[in-house]
Amino acid sequence: MDYSQFLVMKQEICLLVIFLLVFLNDIFMPRKAQSAIGVITCILFGIFTLFGFCPMVIGNSSADAFAGMYATSPVIVNIKNILNVGVLIVLIQSLRWTASDMQRIRRGEFYELLLVTLFGMYLMISSRHFLMFVIGLETASLPLAAMVAFDKHRYESHEAAVKYILTAVFSSAIFMMGLSFVYGLTGSLYYTNIAAGIQSGAAIVPLVIALAFVIAGIGFKLSLVPFHLWTADVYQGAPTPVTSYLSVISKGSAAFAFLVILWQVFGSVYADAWEWMLYALIILTITVGNLFAIRQRNLKRFLAFSSISQAGYIMLGVIAFTALSQMGKAALMFYILVYIFSNLAAFGVIGAIENYCGKVSMDDYNGLCKTNPRLSFVMMLAMFSLAGIPPFAGFFSKFFIFTSAINQGSVAIYVLVLIALINTIISLYYYLLVVKAMYIKTEEPCSISTFRSAWSERIAMWICVAGIVGLGIVSYFYDNLLTLVGC
Amino acid sequence: MLSNILIYFVVIPVLMLAGVALCRNIKQIRAVAVVGSLALTALSVYLLIDYLALRAAGDMDPMLYVQSVSWFAPLNINLSVGVDGISVAMLILSSIILLTGSFASWKIDQPKAFFLWLILLSTGVFGFFISIDLFTMFMFYEVALIPMYLLIGVWGSGKKEYSAMKLTLMLMGGSAFLMLGLIGIYYHSAPEGGKLTWNILEIVQNDAISHGWQKFLFPMTFVGFGVLGAMFPFHTWSPDGHASAPTAVSMLHAGVLMKLGGYGCFRVAIYLMPYAAQELAWIFLILTGISVVYGAFSACVQTDLKYINAYSSVSHCGLVLFAILMLNTTAMTGAIMQMLSHGLMTALFFALIGMIYGRTHTRDIRLMGGLMKIMPFLCVCYVIAGMASLGLPGLSGFVAEMTIFVGSFEHADMFHRVFTILACCSIVITAVYILRVVGKILFGPVQDQHHLSLTDATWWERTSTVTLIISVAVIGCFPNFFAELIRFTFSSDIFKVIGMN
Repeated sequence: MDYSQFLVMKQEICLLVIFLLVFLNDIFMPRKAQSAIGVITCILFGIFTLFGFCPMVIGNSSADAFAGMYATSPVIVNIKNILNVGVLIVLIQSLRWTASDMQRIRRGEFYELLLVTLFGMYLMISSRHFLMFVIGLETASLPLAAMVAFDKHRYESHEAAVKYILTAVFSSAIFMMGLSFVYGLTGSLYYTNIAAGIQSGAAIVPLVIALAFVIAGIGFKLSLVPFHLWTADVYQGAPTPVTSYLSVISKGSAAFAFLVILWQVFGSVYADAWEWMLYALIILTITVGNLFAIRQRNLKRFLAFSSISQAGYIMLGVIAFTALSQMGKAALMFYILVYIFSNLAAFGVIGAIENYCGKVSMDDYNGLCKTNPRLSFVMMLAMFSLAGIPPFAGFFSKFFIFTSAINQGSVAIYVLVLIALINTIISLYYYLLVVKAMYIKTEEPCSISTFRSAWSERIAMWICVAGIVGLGIVSYFYDNLLTLVGC
Repeated sequence: MLSNILIYFVVIPVLMLAGVALCRNIKQIRAVAVVGSLALTALSVYLLIDYLALRAAGDMDPMLYVQSVSWFAPLNINLSVGVDGISVAMLILSSIILLTGSFASWKIDQPKAFFLWLILLSTGVFGFFISIDLFTMFMFYEVALIPMYLLIGVWGSGKKEYSAMKLTLMLMGGSAFLMLGLIGIYYHSAPEGGKLTWNILEIVQNDAISHGWQKFLFPMTFVGFGVLGAMFPFHTWSPDGHASAPTAVSMLHAGVLMKLGGYGCFRVAIYLMPYAAQELAWIFLILTGISVVYGAFSACVQTDLKYINAYSSVSHCGLVLFAILMLNTTAMTGAIMQMLSHGLMTALFFALIGMIYGRTHTRDIRLMGGLMKIMPFLCVCYVIAGMASLGLPGLSGFVAEMTIFVGSFEHADMFHRVFTILACCSIVITAVYILRVVGKILFGPVQDQHHLSLTDATWWERTSTVTLIISVAVIGCFPNFFAELIRFTFSSDIFKVIGMN
């Protein structure tokens, strides 16, 4: 065996090294040194994230390893970098929570589990063989269930974990069922071989069935409607840092993996087999997510439904990525990057307030601008960015995703984009409800008194605000992504 | 880029934003707002003089001061600026209304936040009028819309939460259609294989949008902008929004923001898609005709001063779109005159209503009377505004409406004639509701003894109203100057659709 091929997977190896360092620190260091474990993880991960952007260190060429089961390319490196940025913010946000009395004793586990799931997501994105993909998928899903159950003392946390693990396992089973169909049709699990096999043989009906299972399997992970039923309960029950991790990182990685699978493996039967499936899924996801979000009073549930509808927009980016144009890929990466910053800003505020007084209901936020003007300002920016209001980044990412979708030029895509656009108005309504609670309903004094959030929470929020304000206006980021995909 | 005069219309508001953010008390905030908007007014007047000089020197380009800076290069999105006579006129209008609006909100609560949002709104407005790139234009358009939510929601009165939400959602709903239309225009902006562009001038030059696509994209963009122009049946946000908004916001919104709708309709929808405009104008002509008459009738039965004026705005802005859809030089020139005239006049109305409301604490005309004796200055101004609105010669309303109806009558067919006559009727109805209010609240017996102790206008209120009255009179007395400024753009060389008639 040629061991030098391990050098292709530099990012995975770096991540593994960080994991080992954290693990060793957790196991062997004295109690006193352990208290710094969160900060150490953040610093290590921060250095790793920074180096990820230096092509000299991480490597910036396309290469295969393990007989083509694993692949990397500049785009894949970049996708992992985007996820890293999000994970870094989540890690910083979770510092205060892991330092609380309830969690202190087990905080090492939290960071270890988180890094392991990220490792799994790396494999999902890089795999070029379905076996590898399934390993990645399971590595990413199962430890997440433990993370969801991390608030041991809270009943909802357990319930959420059970719901999560059951749906995760169930969706994996469905996914593998689909894979067995694909294997039966083509006789291989390599992406390239399957793609070649599909092109030659045109057995479209079994292929549609197989694809339905595959899409459903990943649809659970991405919480697309009608596979979304676990989302709200799990988001509500899980500890807030885990919720934010689930809503951006887990979703983002699944979206990238989905993009690769759909286009690399099944790209040749796009129009025949799965175009209409995605259309239906997108329309359902955006609309149902939006309509359910309107009635939510618990902010974590609210953001759960908002993230369902955001997943619909992400899927619009998946559809926009046609064989003709790479623009969709850039738009998708940009959308997820912006979504990471906007959603994490919102979760940062919710987490800070929850850590302080445990309140997560929208009614508790009435008049927040009087007591905590800065927090409410960050929240407002996050809501505006999620709703797509200029000059914040969300506007640009939505605009670009619509632009690249319409690039296909069919009448159907115009209708689809119009439906998505009308849905942005519905989403604007409920995002404005939060702004309204904070800024307009100020008659009664706010139930959340003035407090100073922890330094870690403030740093995370500053990063998010910088991203929300800067990512769109400074064209460098999007131009760079477009150049990267070769547009 | 900074050598271009136009960019300062965005730079100054941004500096004002920074300035207000650093202010510590209300005096500093007022100083920043007044100095900034004075600077903008001076800049726009200078621009007007410079523009006229360039034109006099024989510069015949459709837009002057054109400059582009690449923003998102792969998508060919640029920060492109450029103005013609119409944009110059709109910039002057906006800066005057921002100036008077600052004076009108001299005593507002939470001044810092209020002025931040107000200036952000005007940044959007100025940016919109100087842009000739569809993307930048759309971005500024949305920047101008969203501050309305908080301005009405926080500082408004009455059922402000409902109105703020309704207004924001309806306007954003319009911009959803608009966004689709603009992206569609982009993808058809160049002939097969050519470089796609967002630049309005290049799109017109390429002339590549096929007739079929024009028929789809024209309604999208026209409705998108038309919502902001209060086109029937998308006008319902306007009365509620204006009635609930604080004074300065009503002024800016009715005075400037609604003009964005009309401006976008001819600058984007009609200019870029002349064929579809020609084909489909009749549909929108019917809708705007309804706006004109229906708005005027609704104003007759309202009892809230702001509602009366809001419905009157629906009627007058309907007339703007109505005239634009006539697609000939005279009527379109009249439309822009009407935009200027209505902008100044409504701002004046809303300023006065705000001042009267601030004293009497009611806007119900049944509860007021005999105010002429109590606050003569404000009431005289109110009468002048009313006269301008119903078209007294010498004030702006007359020339605008006159030009519009003369232009509309140039169409010799039955359909246009009927609708022109219908729209003409609105002048009479306007007289009814204006005179009803004037008679009811200014003259007649005093309804409430508490009103007898009220005071007349303060100096800042006088500054605000007098500036607006002078502007209204200037347009009324020198209509030809403005007509010349505007007419240049509406020639058949620049607007293809005018040549088609």
